Amino acid sequence: MKISNIKSQFPIFSKKVNGKSLVYLDSANSAQKPLSVINRLNDFYKNEFSNIGRSIHSLAVNATNKFDETRIGVKNFINAQHKEEIIFTKNATEAINLIATTFGHENINEGDEILLTELEHHANYVPWHFLRVNKKAIIKFAPVNEDGDIIIDELKKLITSKTKIIAVTHLSNVTGAIVPVKEIVDIAKRKNIPVLVDGCQSAPHMKIDVKDLDCDFYAFSGHKVYGPTGVGVLYAKKKWLEELPPYIGGGAMISEVNKNKITYAPIPEKYEAGTMATAEVITFNESLKFIKAIGMDNLINHENEITNYALEKLKMINSVKIIGNPKNKAGVISFTIKGVHPHDIATILDEDAVAIRAGHHCCQIFHEKMKLSATARASIGIYNSKEDIDMLCLAIENCNKIFS
Amino acid sequence: MDLKQLYQDIILEHGKSPRNLGKCEGYNHDAKGYNPLCGDKVHVYLKLNKEKKVEGLTFEGEGCAISLASASIMTELVKGKSFIEAKEIMGEFLKMIKNTSDIKSNYLDEDQKIKLMSLSGVKQFPMRVKCATLSWHTLFSAIEGNIKEINTETTD
Repeated sequence: MKISNIKSQFPIFSKKVNGKSLVYLDSANSAQKPLSVINRLNDFYKNEFSNIGRSIHSLAVNATNKFDETRIGVKNFINAQHKEEIIFTKNATEAINLIATTFGHENINEGDEILLTELEHHANYVPWHFLRVNKKAIIKFAPVNEDGDIIIDELKKLITSKTKIIAVTHLSNVTGAIVPVKEIVDIAKRKNIPVLVDGCQSAPHMKIDVKDLDCDFYAFSGHKVYGPTGVGVLYAKKKWLEELPPYIGGGAMISEVNKNKITYAPIPEKYEAGTMATAEVITFNESLKFIKAIGMDNLINHENEITNYALEKLKMINSVKIIGNPKNKAGVISFTIKGVHPHDIATILDEDAVAIRAGHHCCQIFHEKMKLSATARASIGIYNSKEDIDMLCLAIENCNKIFS
Repeated sequence: MDLKQLYQDIILEHGKSPRNLGKCEGYNHDAKGYNPLCGDKVHVYLKLNKEKKVEGLTFEGEGCAISLASASIMTELVKGKSFIEAKEIMGEFLKMIKNTSDIKSNYLDEDQKIKLMSLSGVKQFPMRVKCATLSWHTLFSAIEGNIKEINTETTD
């Protein structure tokens, strides 16, 4: 599959936005979908629809098998050991909530500590905050330096005998900083502390190997990996899923139910109560195939090339300030423009059909640390080209003109 | 509706150099407003005399051109008005920003109405309406002597 004409596989790029060709630089928020994914969803509803797991008619058997194929697809995508270690949720947020709730229920008591970092998305902070409220747990934040990198020595110092879990992002959705998760897991392992990795931004843009990372939990969203909305993935080591209590109760997650006693289904069903986003999960396998066909190495090389080009071009615009300068960076670039509020930037760029995001990107802790109320963010996906970056820069120049 | 209409000269001009910035002398009412979605902040200072007339009205804040322009225009138009008049103008402004395009206030002249109407384009951009209304809700809170901080997520 040739990356140079990959845009043609995404129908949205044949549409005009405000009369202009769309320059989509908001993939860190959600990625656009290739035609193969859109067709698969349509096709499943048209020709194959059935719920999974319960019935024994042909359609149900087919849907159940296809659902399982996605689970195997995800297992291979992140190199998990067992397919039972893959749990489908509605999004990554729910995946993190699942662990915070069940792990917290069993293992967090008053005065216990949860170690996060200043880079975390609200989805990897708020679920832990609930344990602060309900269990009187203490939340600590490993600090970042002015480049936007986590200071590992400071993180080490924050680990105490009370630290029960470390939850850390793999890739910052503000600065694009790639966090040395493996190093953090190594540090944690020495003290027998489990680690949850928020992989929302890393899963679409990096090679993920949970066996190599040796993390206990890894969560990501399907819609950022060119898949449909409504699909989240929780990877958890088998022993945790067997040991922790269920999260949501209902059909499909039970083994035997009587008036006095209920037993639960084995994993992964234990964590997949009720009707799942069946069509979307099945469709998600098509997204994984799409990435496989491109090849993760090709994808990474392409996105690195575009990211470096973008950094180079943006640095040439005097009024632009790029936020953070991490050691290892992926295609997420947050910036400010002197004299123009990020919300005004986003609205004016939109007029040129350049779609970016403005705000705190669900990372208020980091913005506070950097003494910023908001930033503008351009994020790269597989379909972005150097021409897109040129358009971004032109639109920024236009913005400068309006506000000069 | 296009950008030109949204960012009319009036908005850009007020956004770049807002009027009535700072704390007005002898203020006896004030309130803070905050939009947690974009980080816009405003602090409105108000001097109401015994007859409940707005003698002084200023603000401090940070935010986008729309929120600064709205606050700036508000201070210009509401200063000198009575408590009742100020409430009517605010009501008309909120109506315009959400539904209509014109202002029917009995207490503003044509030029003043045009100034306010420059903000009417905002309603095409639902995410930005709160930028325009933050300072007005905050003014109202200051007038009412409501000490709670105004938060755009809990106001209309």
